[in-house]
Amino acid sequence: MYGNDFSAPGDAPDDMPGAGLLGEVEAAEAELRAAAARERRGGPAPDEDLAAYFTEVVDAEQKIEPRDWMPEAYRRTLIRQIAQHAHSEIIGMQPEGNWISRAPSLKRKAILLAKVQDEAGHGLYLYAAAETLGISRDELVQLLLDGKQKYSSIFNYPTLTWADVGAIGWLVDGAAIVNQVPLCRCSYGPYARAMIRVCKEESFHQRQGYEILHTLAHGTPEQQAMAQDAVDRWWYPSLAMFGPPDGDSTHSTQSMAWKIKRFSNDDLRQRFVDMCVQQAEILGLRIPDDGLRWNEERRAYDYTQPDYDELMQVIKGNGPCNRERMAHRRAAHADGAWVREAAAAYAAKRADKREKVAA
Amino acid sequence: MNGPFAFALGLGDDALIAAQRLAEWTTRAPEMEEDIALANIALDQLGAARLLLSYAGELEAAGRDEDALAYLRDDREFLNALLVELPNGDFAVTMAKLFFLAAYQLPLYTALASCPDERLAAIGAKARKESAYHLDHGALWVRRLGDGTEESHRRMQDAVDHVWPYTHELFAADPAAPVDPAGLRAAFDETVGPVLAEATLTRPERGWAPTGGRKGVHTEHLSYLLAEMQVLHRAHPGAQW
Ligand SMILES: [Fe+2]
Ligand SMILES: [Fe+2]
Repeated sequence: MYGNDFSAPGDAPDDMPGAGLLGEVEAAEAELRAAAARERRGGPAPDEDLAAYFTEVVDAEQKIEPRDWMPEAYRRTLIRQIAQHAHSEIIGMQPEGNWISRAPSLKRKAILLAKVQDEAGHGLYLYAAAETLGISRDELVQLLLDGKQKYSSIFNYPTLTWADVGAIGWLVDGAAIVNQVPLCRCSYGPYARAMIRVCKEESFHQRQGYEILHTLAHGTPEQQAMAQDAVDRWWYPSLAMFGPPDGDSTHSTQSMAWKIKRFSNDDLRQRFVDMCVQQAEILGLRIPDDGLRWNEERRAYDYTQPDYDELMQVIKGNGPCNRERMAHRRAAHADGAWVREAAAAYAAKRADKREKVAA
Repeated sequence: MNGPFAFALGLGDDALIAAQRLAEWTTRAPEMEEDIALANIALDQLGAARLLLSYAGELEAAGRDEDALAYLRDDREFLNALLVELPNGDFAVTMAKLFFLAAYQLPLYTALASCPDERLAAIGAKARKESAYHLDHGALWVRRLGDGTEESHRRMQDAVDHVWPYTHELFAADPAAPVDPAGLRAAFDETVGPVLAEATLTRPERGWAPTGGRKGVHTEHLSYLLAEMQVLHRAHPGAQW
């Protein structure tokens, strides 16, 4: 059964990261197909209460589709969440993109370039999913550029060494997968389907990051130090990716009822910690937490919480790279304006010509 | 320097430096779809570079692999044509470079695909399909920008004028090579002429024709490109990555 199979340390069948999570993505995909095959009854009756029908579909683990009636707040919540996710994919290209030109071997350069390209693809699927809710990609991009919508705070930290590329793959993509695997079962069909595709690729990213760290951790003393330093810097920001502790989280309860969210922030954070401890041991790298120890009673690791005041500062715009990330995106958008205008003008001329030929 | 090693190295360097320049666009392209397209083309060039440099290393038989050749040579030892090392400039300059390079690489790889050297033939057969896509993509943008707005027309014409002189070096005669580049000029002209005309652009007169890349005498730009590309690899001699 999904939801109670948090892997306990030592019983993961495969020491490669992401293996168990990938199985869950596949299970969610099978479930999605099964739900589609079950078919919902053919829509609400003419005099039926639309809200009751919506609730019935969600409770029956069927998918809400773009044509369906949905509560306005459900639509708004999804737009906000999917857009924020899409923006994160696009802004998230920057920290790793920072190392493409300096990747230390041609093979690593190719893998990194392909990874950053995947993130652009994730952004596109997610904007497309958001568009099914009645808002355009251009509008969403403008909201990002105007600072009215957020992206994940993790991308406001700098990539200072090559090992940061490994740490981002292992920890940041790892945390993203733990967060996103439950979204493969989200009640909104287009989002669930996009997440299945995204999660499969994220699991490759995590594996690649793990491999980078593994190579460094088994390399020269300088490489080992570089790897440990990267884990030291990325560990707590990665824990903070799961959001504020449950008591302080503003959006959780309603999202749980709508089956947009399935687990609390703290549950997901715990799951991530438990997954990483074992992998860190294989890597030969130390998780920078003196409070980390197995709790037999809870069947989980006790760990030190990230600094949530720092998280709030970064969300407010005061992380090390917030300004640079936004300036970079705004500059790319502004510098490309003449190109987009030219493409539109060219397309209009062509359409004109075709019309004249037809007339 | 001549012979099969220098030939493979020159083509590998063209592809590697082109990939490095195109990858600079990542996160900076005018549209998200274009970010993906430029990364695709960069990945194709990088893939071809790895095959060509690995093969060059085998021909040389001095124990140098693709990374030794990419990371441990200085600019005077790089044999790429000058065109690929030119800075990206604006999007129009990048598209002029892409279009002219593809219009050269497509007939080159096509000819290589049937040359007697089996390894080069296999690389040519794979890379020509990719070049055909690069050419389509570059030609589409040359038309869009040339026949788009007033501003894009001006920028595209400037870009063509700026890059054109560097195309001549691509066709310098090398009769001993598996494929003599001089023989590719006609195919290049046949591809480029109609696209420029359709894009309402003027093809520059033949005038200044800078050269030297194939002999390792480069523009000032290459050394900076290599400094960035090689910095980490060189900081850790002998390390595995
Ligand atoms: Fe992603
Ligand atoms: Fe990723």
